[in-house]
Amino acid sequence: MPTEGLDNQHFETVVIGAGMAGLAAGIRLALAGKAVILLERHNASGGLNSFYSINGRKYDVGLHALTNYVAKGTKGTPLAKLLRQLRIPYDALDLCPQFGSRIAFPGHQLKFSNDFALLEAEVARAFPREIDGFRALVQEIRELDAFNLNARRVSARLAVKRHINDTTLEDMLFCPVMYYGSAEEHDMDFGQFAIMFRSLFFEGFARPFEGVRTIIRLLQNKYRELGGQRRMKCGIRKIHTDGTRATALTLDNGERITADTILSTAGVVETLRLCDDQAEDSAADNIGRLSFTETITVLDQQPRDLGWDDTIIFFNTRERFHYAAVEDALVDPSSGVICLPNNYDYGLRQLDEGLLRITAMANHDRWCALDATAYQAEKDHWYAELQKVALQILPDLPNGDAAAPLDAHCIAKDMFTPRTVRKYTGHLNGAIYGAPKKSKEGRTHLQNLYLAGTDQGFLGIVGAMLSGISMTNLHLLQDR
Amino acid sequence: MTEDQVKQIVIDIINEIAPDEDTSGLKGEISLRDQMDLDSMDFLDIVMELRKQHGIEVPEADYPELASLDSCATYLTPKFNAK
Repeated sequence: MPTEGLDNQHFETVVIGAGMAGLAAGIRLALAGKAVILLERHNASGGLNSFYSINGRKYDVGLHALTNYVAKGTKGTPLAKLLRQLRIPYDALDLCPQFGSRIAFPGHQLKFSNDFALLEAEVARAFPREIDGFRALVQEIRELDAFNLNARRVSARLAVKRHINDTTLEDMLFCPVMYYGSAEEHDMDFGQFAIMFRSLFFEGFARPFEGVRTIIRLLQNKYRELGGQRRMKCGIRKIHTDGTRATALTLDNGERITADTILSTAGVVETLRLCDDQAEDSAADNIGRLSFTETITVLDQQPRDLGWDDTIIFFNTRERFHYAAVEDALVDPSSGVICLPNNYDYGLRQLDEGLLRITAMANHDRWCALDATAYQAEKDHWYAELQKVALQILPDLPNGDAAAPLDAHCIAKDMFTPRTVRKYTGHLNGAIYGAPKKSKEGRTHLQNLYLAGTDQGFLGIVGAMLSGISMTNLHLLQDR
Repeated sequence: MTEDQVKQIVIDIINEIAPDEDTSGLKGEISLRDQMDLDSMDFLDIVMELRKQHGIEVPEADYPELASLDSCATYLTPKFNAK
C-alpha cells in the first residue's frame, strides 16, 4: 500500500469506512471510473463484520450466517443482484448452506431450514389453528413492495397480528427477524420485517468455509484490481462545510483532503457529528439503543459429535419475547442467539475446531463504566452465565459433568462486549444494528454527503453490500 | 457504424454485465426486459459501459430509448457516428 501522504489531495469521491457497505460502494465507483479513495480508521476491513486473530487462531467478529442465501443461478434475488453489480462470480463466495436451525421458546419449538416448506410444516404442527393465518401472512410478505424507499411506515406487530392470533407464534416469528436484525425495540417497520423475513426464511443461511475473510478478501481484491485506492488506520476527524456542502475533510493525522462527494458508512449520528456545523452531541435521540455481547467457545470436537446439530438457535426463555435495551444489568441472558459455525454443508471439508457462539443483549454504558479489573471479572462472570443458558437450550452433553459441563471441551474462549464493538467500529453504543431511525434515501443535510450501510437501512452482510451499491447508484453514478 | 454493429456492441455489453443471461436469439423489436432478467441497475451499467468503453453519454431522460435492441440502434447509431 502506498505510504505517501494524502495532504492536499483531491478525490472525486471519498468513502468513509471499509466495511461491507464501503467496500461495495468503492467497487461500484471504481467500475464507473471514478477517482475514489476508501478511508478506514481500523487496520482491518469489514467493520461490524470484520475478523481478528488471537494466539494464531482466526475469529470472525460478527458473521453467524450470511442471510439472503439462494442457490447459484437464482435470478432476481438480492444476492444475485449484488453479484452482478459487483461483477463477482457466485462461486467466489464459497457459500455453504446451513443444515438447519430452530426457534426455541418455552414449550414450543419451530425448526426451519433453507427450504421454506419446513417452517410451514412446523407452524402447522405446533400451531394448527394458525396455519391459515400464517399462509396469509406469508402471501402478504411475498407481494409487498418492500424496497420502496418512499413507503410510509407500518407497524410490523400490527401487520402480523392481522393474520396471527397466538402471541407465542407471533413472538417466535419476530425473534429471528429482530435478532438478524432490528435497530428498534419491540416493533419494526413492516417493510423491514418483510425484507428480513424473506432473507431468513424464503431465502436462507450460508457461510463461506473460511468465514468473513473470504468475502472481505474478494471485495478488497476486486476494488484494488479496478484501481481503487484505500488507506487503513486513516480515520476522519472532521468534515468541513460551508453550510450546504462538504468542502474538505481533516483526517485523524491532521492531513486535509478535498472531495466532490463523500459517502459515509460510519453511521448517521456518527457522520453528523463529524460535520463542523453540528454540535458534538447532535442527534443524541437517534443513537442505537440495542447493543450485544457475544461469547465464542472453541471446542475440542465438532459440535455434532457432542450431539449439537443445529446451525443457529434463536432462543427465548420468558413468557413474552422481549426485544429491548438492557436497562438494569450488564447483560440480559433471557433471549439471544446460539450459533454453531461448524454446522454448514462444507462438503468434504470441516472447520479445524468446534465453535459455539452465544449472543445476548447488553448495556453499553454499564460495560464502559467498569474499570479494567471489573471489566475482566464481569466478562468472566457473564461468559459463564451465557454458557449455562445455552446448555439449557442445546441437547444435553454426553457424559456431562453437571457442575462445569463445558469446561472439559473448551480449548479457548473469547468474548466481546458493546465496548469492544464501539472501540473497533466507532459505532456509538456499539449498536450493531445502528440508529433506530434509518436514512432510507441516504441523504444528509449537506448536498454532497451521503450515507450507506446499517443506518441507510439494509441490514446484514448482503444488506450492507446492497446499501453501498444502491446508494452509489442513486447518488453518485447518475449525471444529473 | 451500422445499426447492426451498434446492436452487437449493446449485446457485448450485456454479456459483460450480466454473463449469466443468454443473449443468443434476442429479438430486436421486443423489449430487453421482457427477454432477459434485467432491471434498472443493469440499465445503469449498460449506460456506464457505453460511457467507459465508447465515450457515449446517455442522459437519464433518454434511458427509455434503450428499451429494445432496435430502439438502442436507432438512438445510439447517430451518437456513434457523431464521435
